[in-house]
Formats: sequence, structure tokens, C-alpha cells
Amino acid sequence: MKHSLIALALITFAPLSALAQSKPADDITAQAEQIFRGSFREDNPSYWMQRLDQDETMRLCSQFKDHPPTKVRQKIEKAEMASIRYPVDGKLIGDWKEGEKLAAVGTGGHIGFIQPDPPGRVRGGNCYACHQLAEKEVAYGTIGPSLQHFGKLRGNTEQIIKYTYDKIYNSNAFNACTNMPRFGLHNWLTPEQITHIVAFLVDPESPVNKD
Amino acid sequence: MSTRLPAVLAAVGFGLAGTAIAQGSTMDEIAKYREMLADGNPAELLELKGESLWKTPRGPKNASLEQCDMGLGPGKLDGAYAQLPRYFADTRKVMDVESRLVHCMVSLQGFQYEDVTRQWFSRPGKESEIEALVTYIGGKSNGMKIDVPARHPEEARMAKVGEYIFYRRSGPQDFSCAICHGQDDKRIRLQDLGNLTTQAGAGMAMSTWPSYRVSQGAVWTMQRRLIDCMRQARWPEPKYLSDSVIALQVYLQKTASGTVMQTPGIKR
Ligand code: HEC
Ligand code: HEC
Repeated sequence: MKHSLIALALITFAPLSALAQSKPADDITAQAEQIFRGSFREDNPSYWMQRLDQDETMRLCSQFKDHPPTKVRQKIEKAEMASIRYPVDGKLIGDWKEGEKLAAVGTGGHIGFIQPDPPGRVRGGNCYACHQLAEKEVAYGTIGPSLQHFGKLRGNTEQIIKYTYDKIYNSNAFNACTNMPRFGLHNWLTPEQITHIVAFLVDPESPVNKD
Repeated sequence: MSTRLPAVLAAVGFGLAGTAIAQGSTMDEIAKYREMLADGNPAELLELKGESLWKTPRGPKNASLEQCDMGLGPGKLDGAYAQLPRYFADTRKVMDVESRLVHCMVSLQGFQYEDVTRQWFSRPGKESEIEALVTYIGGKSNGMKIDVPARHPEEARMAKVGEYIFYRRSGPQDFSCAICHGQDDKRIRLQDLGNLTTQAGAGMAMSTWPSYRVSQGAVWTMQRRLIDCMRQARWPEPKYLSDSVIALQVYLQKTASGTVMQTPGIKR
């Protein structure tokens, strides 16, 4: 799994690294990187430490403080678009009830020695951290736009369904360096789980659209 | 005091879990809660404990901390916190309040580093001397302006390193500090997130730490705060007193400079 992801990242970003190398990292970047890497407990297992590795998109977004120049932006979006994978059966819309649960779960993926998530903790999309969705959930964040009535406003055509799937799978394919995580690329959510969340967003019966 | 806390907490419904309370009323409850605590922050008890720890001769060398130099000279505490982190010639390092305090406990009192840092934050039933001492030292800067111009080349370098880390994205959620703290007037679930890249936002945050955290029932130092934010970013765990955490503080204190200190704060 890990290996295929890394391999994927290498293939995906081949054209980007050429672009990045044209600009030598300045001195402070190298120093800061060294200080950062040296700041973690030695007893963090190496598979935790790998979370500090950056792919080219992360590196470029950091370098440009999330505002890359147009050329870099276009390269990132193109490479990220190419990373998107679909469910084997090709069906992009699943069960909104499953999606509703996944959208609400904010736990999962916390590591460290002080307060890690217990092993096997469900990993959700944590969409409410940043988005308003169903009307009844009032504890929503505002880092992203409101997605209330998403399907009602945008419809549920094949095109919208594909866009919604793609956006959740890899947000950066449409908006380089967005604050929204790349859920599919990181395998945080499986393609199947993403189809359920797509249904939660676009199905007319889902509380996102019905209420 | 301690008996009323849990009841209020339950009523307000703190935590990330979604609640069915209408948002307006949740905010009202928090405001009411703040008001109730205004004349009695539980952290004030800790401040007193910190004062006695500072003044009592302790450790293998049976010395008090009264000769500790927090940057303004031995024993000079007034305004010291507001000017930290800073470069110290004796250690040739940029140090924050906690790393300097630990340095004094080791060099003046003769404690072992491992012993003084073992309980760097409290857990239920296990108090932390460091928390108490930092709360005391923080209080000694109240009413004074944060002043970290980072003019010394080492301080300037650390400010840049901190800024670099602030925007550095990694991990399975592509997070950086800037995702959660880089814009005005945003919140994650119901928690307000200040814009730490502006003087107003960084000032509001940095001037109120150490802080009593209602949801934790404990005072948190800035090290504890930032190490937990790295946990929220889904990163591995930093070392206590590591240079990254100090660099972030230089960057944030520099941005916050000019804001008047008001500690200990009270936070969610
Ligand atoms: C850390 C914050 C964050 C999280 C978590 C997050 N998003 Fe987003 N999302 C954003 C931001 C910011 C935008 C707007 C910028 C952009 O388009 O990338 C956005 C945009 C979107 C859009 C495009 C909206 C449009 O008008 O086209 C969709 C759809 C979306 N998010 C769905 C989701 C879903 C579903 C989840 C949970 C699986 C989720 N987001 C989790 C921050 C987040
Ligand atoms: C996933 C979101 C997230 C990330 C990433 C994150 N934080 Fe936080 N941060 C929070 C939350 C939530 C709070 C608490 C706000 C509250 O309780 O109201 C907080 C609080 C803080 C505070 C105290 C603010 C105050 O007003 O008292 C500081 C300072 C801070 N974070 C700095 C950082 C730094 C530096 C980083 C990067 C290492 C970082 N955070 C990464 C979510 C985040």
C-alpha cells in the first residue's frame, strides 16, 4: 500500500520536480527543514515519521504559502487530476446514509504518546470541521464554504456526481493548495466510502438537500 | 469551584462531538461561563503554588530559583515572559520560558533534566511543577507588552524557521498551521480560530497563555498547546522543548509584539 502510494507520487510528480529544481532551496529552508525534522521524539516509529515527508504538491504549496503562481498552480492541478482512481464497478454514487455517518466522524489518524486515537478507531471525512452540511448539525466549521443544499443547488447530473467524487478524492485537482485535504490520494477514505459521501451531498433524499 | 466545573461543562456540551444545542445558545453558555469565572480563574491557585516553588530552596543544591536569569538578569521576573523567547549568551541558544526554566532548575538547583521534565504537563492526580512555575512567571508580565523584535541574528533565524514551519504542509490531511490559523474569522466545528499571521490575531492568542483550559480542567503552557496542535495536524509527537516549538513561538511572539499580556487566560 505504502509503496504503491509512493510510486504513484513519483510518477505523478515527475514533471513538477523539474520545475522545482530550477529554483535552488535557499539557505534558511534547508536549515529550517533540518531543525523541524530533528524536533520529534526518537521513539516515534518510522511509519509515523513518514508523515512528515512531503510530496511535490505539499512542498510547492509550503514554498508559496498556499498561493502558487499560475504556472505552478496549473502543473499541480494537472498532476493531481491524474492521480484520481475510481471504484472497480465504476459507480460513483453510493448510500447517503453511510455518507452521513462518514461526514460526521472527526476522529482517526491522531498519533503520538500523549493522546493518540485508540487502534482501530474509525476514520471519517470530518467534513463538518470545515463545512456546513445537513441543517440539523449546528456544530460546523467555516474554513470551507457551506455545502448545505449542495445537490439542490447544483443538481445531480452525471457531471456533478463526477465532480463531487473527484473533488473529495483530490481537492487539489481543482484548486492547488486548497485547505481541503486530499482524502482519496492519501487513502484516508476508500473510493467506496467517497461514493457514499457523494450520495450524502447530491441525493435529493439526503438531509443535506431535503431539510 | 472544582465541583461546579463538570456540571457547567456538560451543560455547555464542550468538545468536538456535534451537539443539538442551537448555536447561538452554545455561544451564550460559553459567555456566561466566562463571566462566572471572571472573578476566580482556577489557574490563580497554581500561580501561588508557582511562587512558592520559585522561592523555596530545593533540589540537590538546596537553592531557590530566585537567581534564575529569565533574560532580564538574575531574579528579574517582571516583564521577562513578555520578552521570551530570546537568545541567551550562556547557553548560546534561543530559549523560551520553559526551556530557560528547566535550564535554571538543572543548573541552579542541581536537578536531573529527566526528573524535572518527566511531569512537564499535569495529568489527573499528577500535578506539574513546570505548569505552576510558568503560570507564576507569566503573571509577572501582566499589563506589559509582548516585545520580541527578534533582532539578534539567532532570534531572527528562529523567527524565519518558525514561519517556515507555520506554512509547512505534510501528513495524511495535508495540514499546516496556516490551514487552521491563516485566515480571519474562521472556526473549526464551533471553536474560533484566530488568524495567527496578523498582530491582532497572534496578539489575542499569545497574550493569554499560559491558560486554564476548561475542557481539560488544567492549565496549559504554550509548549503543551503547540504540541497538541501538531497532534491535531496528525503529525508525530515533537520532543518537549524542541527547537521547532521554540521557533514557532519566536515567530508568533514577534507577530504579536505590542499586545498587552493578560495571563493566566481561560480557554475552552
Ligand atoms: C480542513 C478543511 C476542510 C475539510 C476537512 C473538508 N473540506 Fe471541503 N473544502 C474546504 C475548502 C477550504 C473548500 C473551498 C476551496 C476549494 O474549492 O478547494 C472546500 C470545497 C469543497 C467542495 C467544493 C464546493 C463547490 O462549491 O464546488 C466540496 C464538494 C467539498 N469541499 C466537500 C467536502 C467533503 C465532502 C468533505 C468531507 C469528506 C470536506 N469537504 C472536508 C475545506 C475542507
Ligand atoms: C486541524 C486544525 C489545527 C491545526 C493544523 C493547528 N491548530 Fe492550533 N488550534 C486549533 C484549535 C482547534 C485550537 C483551539 C481553539 C479553541 O479551543 O478555541 C488551536 C489553538 C491554537 C493556539 C492558541 C490560540 C488562542 O487563541 O489561544 C495557538 C497559538 C495555535 N493553535 C498554534 C498552532 C500552530 C503553531 C500550529 C502548527 C504547528 C497549529 N496551531 C496547528 C486547531 C489547529
